[in-house]
Amino acid sequence: MAEDKEKGEKGTKNEEKEEPRIGVYVCHCGINIAGVVDCKDVAEYASKLKNVVVARDYKYMCSDPGQQLIKDDIKEHKLNRIVVAACSPRMHEPTFRRALEEAGLNPFLFEQANIREHDSWVHMKQPKEATEKAKDLTRMAVARARHLEPQQKPKVKVEKAALVIGGGVAGIQSALDLADMGFKVYLVEKTPSLGGKMAQLDKTFPTMDCSACILTPKMVDAARHENIEIITYAEVEEVDGYIGNFKVKIRKRARQVLEDKCTGCGLCAEACPVEVPNEFDQGLGVRKAIYVPFPQAVPLVYTIDDEACLGCGMCEAVCGPEAIDYDQKDEILELEVGTIIVATGFDQFDATRKPEYGYGRYENVITGLEFERLVNASGPTGGKLLRPSDGKEPHRIGFILCVGSRDAKVGNPYCSRVCCMYSIKNARLYKEKHPEAEVYIFYMDIRAYGKGYEEFYRQAQEEYGIKFIRGRPGEIVEDPKTKNLLVRVEDTLLGLPLEVELDLVVLAAGMEPARDSDKIQRLLRLSRSADGFFSEAHPKLRPVDTLTDGIYLAGTCQGPKDIPDTVAQASAAAARAAIPMAKGEVETEPIVAFVRKELCIGCRICERTCDFGVITMVDRKAHVNEAICKGCGACAAACPTGAMQVRHFTDEQIYAMIEAALRGDVEEGGKEEVKAEA
Amino acid sequence: MAEFEPKIIAFMCNWCSYAGGDLAGTSRLQYPPNARIIRLMCTARLDPAYVLKAFAEGADGVLVAGCHIGDCHYVSGNLKAEKRVEMLKKLLPELGIEPERLMLRWISAAEGERFANTMKEFIARIKKLGPSPLSAGV
Ligand SMILES: Cc1cc2nc3c(=O)[nH]c(=O)nc-3n(C[C@H](O)[C@H](O)[C@H](O)COP(=O)(O)OP(=O)(O)OC[C@H]3O[C@@H](n4cnc5c(N)ncnc54)[C@H](O)[C@@H]3O)c2cc1C
Ligand code: SF4
Ligand code: SF4
Ligand code: FES
Repeated sequence: MAEDKEKGEKGTKNEEKEEPRIGVYVCHCGINIAGVVDCKDVAEYASKLKNVVVARDYKYMCSDPGQQLIKDDIKEHKLNRIVVAACSPRMHEPTFRRALEEAGLNPFLFEQANIREHDSWVHMKQPKEATEKAKDLTRMAVARARHLEPQQKPKVKVEKAALVIGGGVAGIQSALDLADMGFKVYLVEKTPSLGGKMAQLDKTFPTMDCSACILTPKMVDAARHENIEIITYAEVEEVDGYIGNFKVKIRKRARQVLEDKCTGCGLCAEACPVEVPNEFDQGLGVRKAIYVPFPQAVPLVYTIDDEACLGCGMCEAVCGPEAIDYDQKDEILELEVGTIIVATGFDQFDATRKPEYGYGRYENVITGLEFERLVNASGPTGGKLLRPSDGKEPHRIGFILCVGSRDAKVGNPYCSRVCCMYSIKNARLYKEKHPEAEVYIFYMDIRAYGKGYEEFYRQAQEEYGIKFIRGRPGEIVEDPKTKNLLVRVEDTLLGLPLEVELDLVVLAAGMEPARDSDKIQRLLRLSRSADGFFSEAHPKLRPVDTLTDGIYLAGTCQGPKDIPDTVAQASAAAARAAIPMAKGEVETEPIVAFVRKELCIGCRICERTCDFGVITMVDRKAHVNEAICKGCGACAAACPTGAMQVRHFTDEQIYAMIEAALRGDVEEGGKEEVKAEA
Repeated sequence: MAEFEPKIIAFMCNWCSYAGGDLAGTSRLQYPPNARIIRLMCTARLDPAYVLKAFAEGADGVLVAGCHIGDCHYVSGNLKAEKRVEMLKKLLPELGIEPERLMLRWISAAEGERFANTMKEFIARIKKLGPSPLSAGV
């Protein structure tokens, strides 16, 4: 008989050979499970299964007393395998594994049957069937448990460097926090400058700080920080490895301007004869073919837009420090980092997808972001809001909320969370400068949930005289002569159809996942929620982790949010990423392939099957490099002799589950001390 | 006579489809209780012998579910599973089993609804087909 608790790791060999002594615990999860499944019946049933020494049901297995129950039984009944029938193993497997460890049992001698997510919650009206299913799932778990073997978690060193992808306010905040903690940070931004959308905004609700005034100091801090390396005009091309040791390839696009020579004087842009629409101004203003997106850009280095450049040589001729290099090639940088923070932000909803509002067809229908640029002092009109059609100041302005948000028709049922507030902000801004103007806000509901937001909204209504009309406009019609706009809306408070003539309409286009989310998703193997934004590991308890260890989320790439929430989340992501880097090492999953040498016939099928080059042939037998094996099991499934196996997912374990699932009969009863009690 | 209740074995990858099943649960989506799920880390681990074993043991249907193409945590594990399932579909008739009794579906972690619908659809399909020719003798 093994004294598993004292032996711990050394017990490994003995446990393999000894007769399984299994404890089964059926969790009520309050009424979540017990409200549908007869847990007592399941425990009683389990107590009759072969090798089961103890079977109990209990209210909350994950609670302290629940875990203590397991620990006490391990000691008292010399249990060497534990089965818990409860929630999903994706929820509490780590909790129970820890309990085993604390009782001196190897944590991999544990199996969880999912009788909540896969049973009581999905068969709520079929208690009898659900109870039968719970018995089956428990029997399958017991069958697998008999074949479980102890595993040791390999430890890997964690590189004390982080990659932050995306240089908006989220990425900047995460980078600064990590750098201040003493970690090396690579901050990679796709465009030529840091800043993201916040750099494009004029003022920010509800305090009305000038956006650039609070953002640019952070950008400069990041640029000056000795621990931060900013890599702009660059994109991540390849990510390999896992927590602790990610190997990353970055393509730094050729700016055709040498970063270390350019002083940002701007003589080149003055000389450049080519003008193209400026993306930073939402295409409303122009820039040259050699440009910085905006005056406070970081780094303040010019970039040649390859598509627009004529190759005339004018910029090169005027550049004092000889920074222009037309032959510059893209550079591939290879980095090694321990953790990764994704902060790739959002994109504005494409308002042409709401054709009834005429965006793209009617000149005087613009988006929120365009409004921000038009009222901004460094924007294309020097801060004067002018009608695009005739360059006149509009007298009557309407803001339409929820454009592309809370709208199942365009596939976005979610709320973008900032549009109410930024539209009220912009309405107030205009009213401040033009008290005589008529300003309307067309809304479905006003969501002013943040600190000081409700007050900000009330003031807009009561002190600014902005008219709030409750109703989603059905359509906008343009008067072809005046280019004025007729908004048709049903006022749902009055129950009356209305027509409002306006000079300018601003659409509060919502937030959507950044357009290249697909690429990032694939590179990092992230998952996305139904709204298309990246999913966190747990919506409540792990809001900035992803399901891939060592990768974290910051800002609007995870879902719509305003700047305060973005910054808070960015700091949270930095704090989470710092944990493994501060520890210096992490434990990884021991689920890797291994070879039963005596069965291997040297056919090399596994070697060809593995996509990761893990398998080599040593003495005509397959050999697994465990350090790089991902544990997918493709090799094992291909091996014709059963020589190739995956730890914790061996053929015996899986066959045992298949047999247990389909052979309904109860096996030979557990002999001694059978217990089934609450 | 009691309605035929098929026995179904489902092999699901940990990262997408099993998690999609969890989401169906948290969303309280209701579906018939016939399937017994076996969790694999990736559908790449699906040895074709597992499917044959399930039928030999009396399963009326086998469902294999993994990440959408391109989303597999191990890059192309699901492509390998797809090939193996195709191969099995050719083989099953030789054993007297209708290939429709084996289904492959991509279900992401965000697709609780697709998970529940897949269960409904597959179970209805097997009910229509009736007991497996192999299970009848068991
Ligand atoms: C019109 C409008 C007005 C707003 N007004 C306010 C306001 O007044 N107050 C407020 O609190 N909030 C406001 N917001 C919300 C605010 O803009 C966001 O909360 C904030 O910008 C989110 O920052 P972020 O870093 O998450 O994303 P972003 O600002 O989108 O930054 C993401 C960055 O990542 C880069 N990137 C994307 N993909 C990649 C890639 N693959 N590789 C490298 N880099 C990449 C992008 O180029 C960008 O620089 C407003 C939003 C809009 C649309
Ligand atoms: S488990 Fe996957 S990664 Fe590991 S050796 Fe086999 S095929 Fe390669
Ligand atoms: S496939 Fe199996 S038998 Fe063939 S070399 Fe690999 S481990 Fe050996
Ligand atoms: S991880 Fe889901 S199919 Fe490979």
